[in-house]
Amino acid sequence: MASSDEENRQWIPFQQRPEWSDVTPIAQDDGPNPVVPIAYKDNFVETMDYFRALYQADERSPRALGLTTEAILLNPGNYTVWHFRRLILDALGADLHRELDFTETIANGNSKNYQLWHHRRWIAEKLGTNATSKELEFTKKILSLDAKHYHAWSHRQWVLEALGGWENELYYCDELLEEDIFNNSAWNQRYFVITRSPILGGLKAMRASEVNYTVKAIVAYPENESSWRYLRGLYKDDDHMWVNDPQVSSVCSKVLSAKHNFVFALSTLLDLMCHGFQPSQEFRDAVDALGTPDSDERGSDLATTVCSVLERVDPIRVNYWRWRKSKLFQAV
Amino acid sequence: MGELAAEKHVQYILSVEKKKDSFESVVMEHLRMNGAYWGLTTLDLLGKLHTVDVDQIVSWIIKCQHDSGGFGGNIGHDPHILYTLSAVQVLALFDKLDVLDIEKVSNYVVGLQNEDGSFSGDMWGEVDTRFSYIAICCLSLIHRLDKINVEKAVNYIVSCKNLDGGFGCTPGGESHAGQIFCCVGALAITGSLHRIDKDLLGWWLCERQVKNGGLNGRPEKLPDVCYSWWVLSSLIMIDRVHWIDKRKLVKFILDCQDMENGGISDRPDDAVDVYHTYFGVAGLSLLEYPGLKAIDPAYALPVDVVNRMFIGRKLKKEF
Ligand SMILES: [Zn+2]
Repeated sequence: MASSDEENRQWIPFQQRPEWSDVTPIAQDDGPNPVVPIAYKDNFVETMDYFRALYQADERSPRALGLTTEAILLNPGNYTVWHFRRLILDALGADLHRELDFTETIANGNSKNYQLWHHRRWIAEKLGTNATSKELEFTKKILSLDAKHYHAWSHRQWVLEALGGWENELYYCDELLEEDIFNNSAWNQRYFVITRSPILGGLKAMRASEVNYTVKAIVAYPENESSWRYLRGLYKDDDHMWVNDPQVSSVCSKVLSAKHNFVFALSTLLDLMCHGFQPSQEFRDAVDALGTPDSDERGSDLATTVCSVLERVDPIRVNYWRWRKSKLFQAV
Repeated sequence: MGELAAEKHVQYILSVEKKKDSFESVVMEHLRMNGAYWGLTTLDLLGKLHTVDVDQIVSWIIKCQHDSGGFGGNIGHDPHILYTLSAVQVLALFDKLDVLDIEKVSNYVVGLQNEDGSFSGDMWGEVDTRFSYIAICCLSLIHRLDKINVEKAVNYIVSCKNLDGGFGCTPGGESHAGQIFCCVGALAITGSLHRIDKDLLGWWLCERQVKNGGLNGRPEKLPDVCYSWWVLSSLIMIDRVHWIDKRKLVKFILDCQDMENGGISDRPDDAVDVYHTYFGVAGLSLLEYPGLKAIDPAYALPVDVVNRMFIGRKLKKEF
C-alpha cells in the first residue's frame, strides 16, 4: 500500500492539468459566518472546489466521472458526490460492472458507509439478475472480514429477495455459525432463510430439523442468547406446540443439571411455566440444586424459586426478574 | 467515579464549532446539519444554549434548504431527510420554526413515503426504518402528520419486528438498538405503542447491559455510549427502564469523559467526538442526572422545547 506521502507526490493539482483549464473552481460557502482561511489538506480542498464547479454547471461528462472518483476516494462519506456520480453514469451509459469494481475498491478502504451500499444497490438494481452471484460474493467477502456487518447483511437480504440466489443460503448460515455460534447476525439470517426462502417450504416445514440443530447448539453453548431466542422463534405461530414439545423442556433440563451457564435455561423454563407447562419433580430437583433459596421461599412454587435464583445469578437485571416474580402472583 | 464535567463539555462543543479547518470538520462537512443538532442540543441540555448566535445559525440553516423543501447537510449539498429533521429540530430548539414554509417542508417529507408505507431517505429511494422515524418525528414537530398515511407507515414498521421483539432496518433485518429506537420512537409519536411486544422487547433491551454497566446494540457486541441513548430511550418509551442497572450505566458514561479537554467518547479512553458527547449527555439526562435539562425520549429534544411546541399550541388554539 502506498504511503500518504507517495500519494501526494503522484497527485497533480487540477490547476496544473490542461484538461481542467476551462473550469473555475468554487470554494465551499460556509455560510454567513466567514471563517479563517481553511487549512485542510490542499488536494482535498482543490478537488472539492472543482467538484462544486462541475456540479453547479451540471456537467455530466467523462472527466466529471473521473473527478467524482477522486473526490470519493478522498471522502467516501460525501453523499452529494455519489448522487452526482449516478447522474453522470446514467447520462454516459457507463459500464456498470466496472462500477461494481469501483465500489469494491472503496469498500476495501472502509465498508461502513451508507453511501457505498446505497450506490451498490442502485447498480445491482439496474443489472438485475446479472448481478446476483456477484452481489452474493461481494457480501460474503465483506462478511468474511466482519461477520456482523449490518450493511452487508442488509444488502444480502435485499439481493436474495429482489434477485434470488437462495440455493446455498442455509448452508452459508451453517458455515458462519460453525465459525462463531454466537453470531446473532447469522442466526437472524438463518431465520430469514427458513421463513422466506421460496425453496425450503417455510417455517412449519423446517421446524423439526431446525429444532434439532438449535438444541445441539444450545447444549454446546448454553450461555448463547441467540440460539435460545431462535428456538423460541421456531414456535412463533404455535405456543401450544412450544410448551408441549419434549425437546424444548428437555434441553432446559439438560442445561440445568449441568449447573453451568443456566440463565437462559431458567428463563425459558419460567416462560414455559407461564404458558401452562407442568414441570416434573426432576425440574424441581434441578432448580433446588442450583442453590439454597431463602428460608421464606422454601416450599414455594417452582416459578417463584426460578425467579429468586435468577435474581441472584443475574443481579444487573434484578428488577426484571423481580417483576417477573410479581407477575406470577398477579396471574394467581 | 467522576462527576459530569459539564463546563468542559460546553467548552469542547464550542471549540469544535470554531475549528472548521480541522481534518474532521472537512470530512464531516457534508453532515454539518447533524453536527449542529448534536452540538446545540447538548448545549441546551447543559443550560448553555444562550451562548450561541441564533441569527447566524438560523440564516445558515435557511441557506441549506432546497426548492424541493428538503435540507442538505450543508450549503450546496443535496437535500436528504436526515438533514431535514436536524434542521427542524435545531429551529425548534430556538423556537424559530416560524421562519419555515411549513407546507413546503412537509410536502418534501410526504413525497418520500412509498406505496407500502415505508419512507425513502431522498430521491434515490433508499428505504430504512430510520427514515420512517425521521419523517414521522419531523412531520409531528411541524404539526403535519395528517398529511401522510400514518396507518401504512405504522404497519410497515411493525412488519420489521423480529422474533426477539426488536426491529431491523427492513423486514427480516437483524434487531439493532439504533433501529429499535427509530421504530419505537415512531410508534410512540403515532400513538401505536400497543403494536410492540413490550415485555419481550424490554427483556432484549435490558440484556444489552454488560458487566461494566455499558450497553451494546446487539448481542456479543461491545458497549458504546451512543447505545445509552438508543436502548435507554426505547426502554423509557415502553415503560421498562427500571429493568436495567441505572447506577452502573451512569458510571460507564462518566468514565467515557475526557476530564481534561471535555467531550465524551464511545468507550473509556477512546477519542471524544461531538456525536458521542451528545449521546452521553442525552443518556445522562434520561437517567435524571442532576443539573441537566430533561430530554424527551421520542423527539430527542429537551422536554421544555417539546412542551412549548405542543402544549403552547393547544393553548393558542383555545384563545
Ligand atoms: Zn457509538
